[in-house]
Amino acid sequence: MAEPLRRSGARPGARAEQWAAWLLGLPAFLLMWAMLLGPALAVILLSFTDWSFGEAELRWHGLGNYLELWGDRVFWVSLRNTLIYVGVSVPATVALGLLAAILIEGAGRGRGLYRALYFLPVASTLLGMALVWEFMLHPRVGFVNQVVAALGFARRDWLNDPDLALLALAAIGVWQNLGLAMVLFMAGLQAIPADLYEALALDGADGAWERFRRITWPLLGPALVFVMAIMAIRSFQVFDTVAVLTEGGPQKSTEVLLYTMVQNGFTFLRSAYGAAITAVFLAFTLALTLAQTWLLERRAHYG
Amino acid sequence: MARRALLPEIIRHAVLIMGAAAMVSPFVVMVAISLKPPGEIFAPQFSLLPQQWHAFENYRDAFTRVPLARFLLNGFLVTFCIFAAQAATALPMAYALAKLRWAGRGAAFALVLLALLVPPQVPAIPLYIALWQLDLLDSYAAIILPSTISVFGIFLMRQFFRTVPDDLIAAARMDGMSEFAITWRIMLPTAYPALAAFACLSFIWNWNEFFWPYIAIQSEHLATPPLGIAFFSNVEAGTNWGPLMAAATVVTAPLALAFLLAQRAFVRGVTMTGLK
Repeated sequence: MAEPLRRSGARPGARAEQWAAWLLGLPAFLLMWAMLLGPALAVILLSFTDWSFGEAELRWHGLGNYLELWGDRVFWVSLRNTLIYVGVSVPATVALGLLAAILIEGAGRGRGLYRALYFLPVASTLLGMALVWEFMLHPRVGFVNQVVAALGFARRDWLNDPDLALLALAAIGVWQNLGLAMVLFMAGLQAIPADLYEALALDGADGAWERFRRITWPLLGPALVFVMAIMAIRSFQVFDTVAVLTEGGPQKSTEVLLYTMVQNGFTFLRSAYGAAITAVFLAFTLALTLAQTWLLERRAHYG
Repeated sequence: MARRALLPEIIRHAVLIMGAAAMVSPFVVMVAISLKPPGEIFAPQFSLLPQQWHAFENYRDAFTRVPLARFLLNGFLVTFCIFAAQAATALPMAYALAKLRWAGRGAAFALVLLALLVPPQVPAIPLYIALWQLDLLDSYAAIILPSTISVFGIFLMRQFFRTVPDDLIAAARMDGMSEFAITWRIMLPTAYPALAAFACLSFIWNWNEFFWPYIAIQSEHLATPPLGIAFFSNVEAGTNWGPLMAAATVVTAPLALAFLLAQRAFVRGVTMTGLK
């Protein structure tokens, strides 16, 4: 009769395992709250006050900051610029990254070298490379204008032209993230079984376009959604190039959400207003993640 | 298998080589400018190599006009401390999430997934206020503390630990090892490949991180490499390209070298879950 008795107390050592698990997880758990989740909640609460940095008192301000945002021209310009930046750079990054992945995956010789060269910008210091781009986009001696002139087009002052500066920054973003999209697509391509292509060849349809249209594209669907979501979230966080190359100018044409947030929250010391911009930023990021999940689930059900 | 047609292969490589040239051109320009005297930098035609070598002067200026060596040292110090803290907290948590049975495991993992959705810029304002109240702004601690936890690291290690056979852990328990000993003497050695991939990513992110140091650091001697470069570029105000490009080369070199040496670990880390 000893057997059932032992079993009723669950496994031997189960209590010890509970304790050990709690203790092992505790440091990470505390830090996660202290550095990430706690401050994220605090930012939302702060956005309902009118606190400026250094003030002694905290006053409830309701939706005041959000109403002010609604009427703030700079905020709307900033949001619009951010969406244009994302809308231009994400499709370009995804399309070029996919093209590079397909071409490199099929290349017999030099695969490793191509992959390394295309991935190099991802692993390099964006801030240093932004300065190189500033030189390359120099109106008089820049490399880009020399190419443009050689092709017979007019030279431009890319970063000082309100119509072009945001596009120039988006191009730098594409250059930086393309390798990341490529590597993620290559992982997706390798997951497609090779016998599907062989079966297609047996059917007599072996052209590159047919292979892409009938097998690669449909089977790459989930990877495509995933890569687009990652690129959109990353592009939404554009900050470094703006801070060091254009400072939001000329004429606010490169003012983006995070830059506006830093200006208000840290330069003008309007912490609560900056918190409200942060909340808008967070809402967009979460919406992108939800859209990704929704698209993937829909595909899983009907795709 | 049939031999591939020659023409499509030529087109494929032509496109890839042109693309690669565009991807690499900024690096080439950066190094080329860092070797040239001011007169040649503004020459109307771009040439790869200088007619008159000015490399020594440019690199000397980069190291003397700003404390560039100090920036690099700061970079290594900060990235090392951050990775050590991230690994020390993520490994035990990941082991508990992957292999132990405890009340609250599901909730704890859900919390990790929730934290993964929060972009790193979101906590900035409250963290700044907290560090200000603790009188820690403009210090190494200000750069390091917010990054001591990596939920991405926890997630990555947890996924990896799930593939470790239970028998290994059961055998260690039979030998009388505590869960702590198992974490550090059994799980840590099995996790080296995943840990190496995570180390690479952590190094890239934290070496390149600009947003937070830009906010938290004012003193030049505490600047991380990207912030130091930004300080330098402010001082030079777009005129003195030779030393600036020399500094950019020096700052980019450690990452580029690390990447070329550990390419597999980098790419594996990136594809394992898709990151930040």
